[in-house]
Amino acid sequence: MVLQSLKNCLWLPCVLRTPKACFWSTPSGGLIIQSVSNDVYQNLAVEDWIHDHMDLEKQQVLFLWRNSPAVVIGRHQNPWQECNLRLLRQKNIKLARRRSGGGTVYHDLGNINLTFFTTRKKYERMENLKLVVKALKALRPQLDVHVTDRYDILLDRQYKISGTAAKLGRTSAYHHCTLLCNADKFVLSSVLKSPFKGLKSNATPSVPALVKNLFEEDPSLTSEMLLDAIAKEYAVQHQIDHHITLINPADETLLPGISDKTKELQTWEWVYGKTPKFSISTCLNMVYKDSVLDVKVNMDVKHGRIEVCNIDLPEQWLPPVLYSELVKSLTGSKFCPNEITTLVTTLLRLCPQDDELHSRWSLLCENMIRLI
Amino acid sequence: VCIHRVRSCSSIRFIKSKYVCVFDKSALKFSHQQRLFRTSAVSCGQIVQFKLSDIGEGITEVTVKEWYIKEGDSVSQFDSICEVQSDKASVTITSRYDGIIRKLHYSIDDIAFVGKPLVDIEIDASKGVASEEDVVETPPMSHEEHTHQEIKGHKTLATPAVRRLAMENNIKLSEVVGTGKDNRILKEDILNYLAKQTGAILPPSPKAEIVPPQRRAEAVPAAPKDKARKIPVPVSRPIAFAGKDKTEPVTGFQKAMVKTMSAALKIPHFGYSDEIDLTQLVQLREELKPLAEIRGVKLSFMPFFIKAASLGLLQYPILNASLDENCQNVAYKASHNIGVAMDTEQGLIVPNVKNVQVCSVFDIAVELNRLQSLGSAGQLGTNDLTGGTFTLSNIGTIGGTYAKPVILPPEVAIGALGKIQVLPRFNSKGEVFKAQIMNVSWSADHRIIDGATMARFSNLWKSYLENPASMLLDLK
Repeated sequence: MVLQSLKNCLWLPCVLRTPKACFWSTPSGGLIIQSVSNDVYQNLAVEDWIHDHMDLEKQQVLFLWRNSPAVVIGRHQNPWQECNLRLLRQKNIKLARRRSGGGTVYHDLGNINLTFFTTRKKYERMENLKLVVKALKALRPQLDVHVTDRYDILLDRQYKISGTAAKLGRTSAYHHCTLLCNADKFVLSSVLKSPFKGLKSNATPSVPALVKNLFEEDPSLTSEMLLDAIAKEYAVQHQIDHHITLINPADETLLPGISDKTKELQTWEWVYGKTPKFSISTCLNMVYKDSVLDVKVNMDVKHGRIEVCNIDLPEQWLPPVLYSELVKSLTGSKFCPNEITTLVTTLLRLCPQDDELHSRWSLLCENMIRLI
Repeated sequence: VCIHRVRSCSSIRFIKSKYVCVFDKSALKFSHQQRLFRTSAVSCGQIVQFKLSDIGEGITEVTVKEWYIKEGDSVSQFDSICEVQSDKASVTITSRYDGIIRKLHYSIDDIAFVGKPLVDIEIDASKGVASEEDVVETPPMSHEEHTHQEIKGHKTLATPAVRRLAMENNIKLSEVVGTGKDNRILKEDILNYLAKQTGAILPPSPKAEIVPPQRRAEAVPAAPKDKARKIPVPVSRPIAFAGKDKTEPVTGFQKAMVKTMSAALKIPHFGYSDEIDLTQLVQLREELKPLAEIRGVKLSFMPFFIKAASLGLLQYPILNASLDENCQNVAYKASHNIGVAMDTEQGLIVPNVKNVQVCSVFDIAVELNRLQSLGSAGQLGTNDLTGGTFTLSNIGTIGGTYAKPVILPPEVAIGALGKIQVLPRFNSKGEVFKAQIMNVSWSADHRIIDGATMARFSNLWKSYLENPASMLLDLK
């Protein structure tokens, strides 16, 4: 296996001026590239860049990448429904929304990602997955791996080791899939479980599956070995040299416009704001003094912002003026604990400095914020 | 070169009335318009049904997940129309035509079928379609009014492509003289208008003659025949600026600020500023920084400022008080919960350090570290953001010397700290030395705080910081 830095490519400068042109024009039908970054946003931005700017007519591309801990949701999914956002924040695990469809996955360095770039016409997921299985079997013939008709790869007929998603544009398309080598299954199962109750939405739901790492089946396997085996099989099938070119997703001269794409993927508007409209209908059980209050809360959230908000409090529990100020502040606000905390604490400054009132207000707000 | 005579108003009105009887302006809906255009005698935009093309892999149906356009929007070829999903694949559908969207055949979450119509697009006339398609009654587009101007009660005639060209160049159609049939504004008319504005050289076109209409107040200079052959003198007029105003609702952090500051308006503020010589404190911090680092804590100047403020508040407790709504009672707060203004990505937040009166400088530093990391991660809780009694704002880390901070209700005082500058000062011997100078600007509620109190508090605070050893005497 030869790892060649892209800077050594002689033909690069003359090709860079025409973005839509055949980019790293190797004299063959394929190119294998690997990212040097473990940042999920940077790597997703590379996918966007290749999809938007490369001419895949003459050569197809295989992109290999790994990420530091992150949860990646599909284009039309609801993060509140798919994962435990509070746990993600506590553990500093990133949340990203990709542009392809499909369900939610957990990435860490024990998981490898493969993206197959082709023209729209040559889009063929089954072929790609069969390539992966062939590579795995070439590496370890005793592995019982096969592709299902849901485009999953199963180990021993029952454990999911790979999930698939795809994005189709006007002229180009890509199919990417994961492959579990040695990921942290404990973290995976805890972050992919949402504590949210009473959420109604038409967002694409994920289908939970039993997973297993390839490492558990064969402890001699490493991510590097798997990446290499897959690259080798791709090279054979595309009749190209088996060498992997490294790319740096932060290199603006190599990938003009990449930093804008990276930034866009991190904005709140993309990650949370692209959530299809949903409603929540739940009940807060607040312990106040010696009794338990059942407070029904109903909210409609569109573009990640609270469109309609209803909190069913006992009459006069809060002064009506304050209650209406609360509802008014929440309406239009992002469905985000940070923003709601800021708003409710501000409102507390403006109401009479009555200890009883303050404790009721704090109780209500804390319970509400815990929802999100 | 032909010269077009301007049709009289009455004939245009005649055409208009013919439309009026076919459809009523007030009842105009897009779907109705589609039908009426087909049945009216006048030629109109050709409606094309854009069908959902093959996705591949034998897929026959998809779910519509997001529309990027709405009815009435104009689209160009290759613009994204919608996002559909099928079996883990998200597909961006792009337009094959230039035109205006007339109908969306599906709503969000509907199932769409391959081969069936997805949207109806009214094809642009100027793209080579034989009949001249005029849109007399232009439906309201998502852009401003000047695509659809009235000259003294008459609508300007222009095709959608011409309207778009005018809009992109920020041109009012009412200012362009149309040379087409029925005073229609053609693409050449827009280009000629632009050429006049920018002094650009344009190749002469057969319809270049522009005759000003009689009803116009100011005469547009008629272009004589030979002007097309002469090189026009560049007119130094500003190039049309294509930027657009943007309106956004006030939400989130901004909304919080609006509420707080509107309430602060009720407080009569007075200001008091002074200069602090931090030379000794700078030295002290240099000595203590590594000790704090060993304990895993970043030590800035703020813990000193905060502790000194608390010591001052012990002597002047009215600055740590609150005035009730009716200005009847002053509530003296026992805890010194000193707020620290923090600038985050989303905006201004003010968490506070609780009970500074019983904290050491190191304790305060630890707490500040915690609040700062939570603040930048957007994870501050309600407890950290409520209960403040006095606030300091270290705006000097960004810059500035003197400021006029706004008191955060229900508090009665606030201090803004400028940047530390190295400035020449005289010492007691009359010699010039290098001093580390910082300015502080206090604001206080003049209903219960008077200038003398503020000044004395400031002097005490200043003395603690200028001579840090004196803090030792009063530390509790």
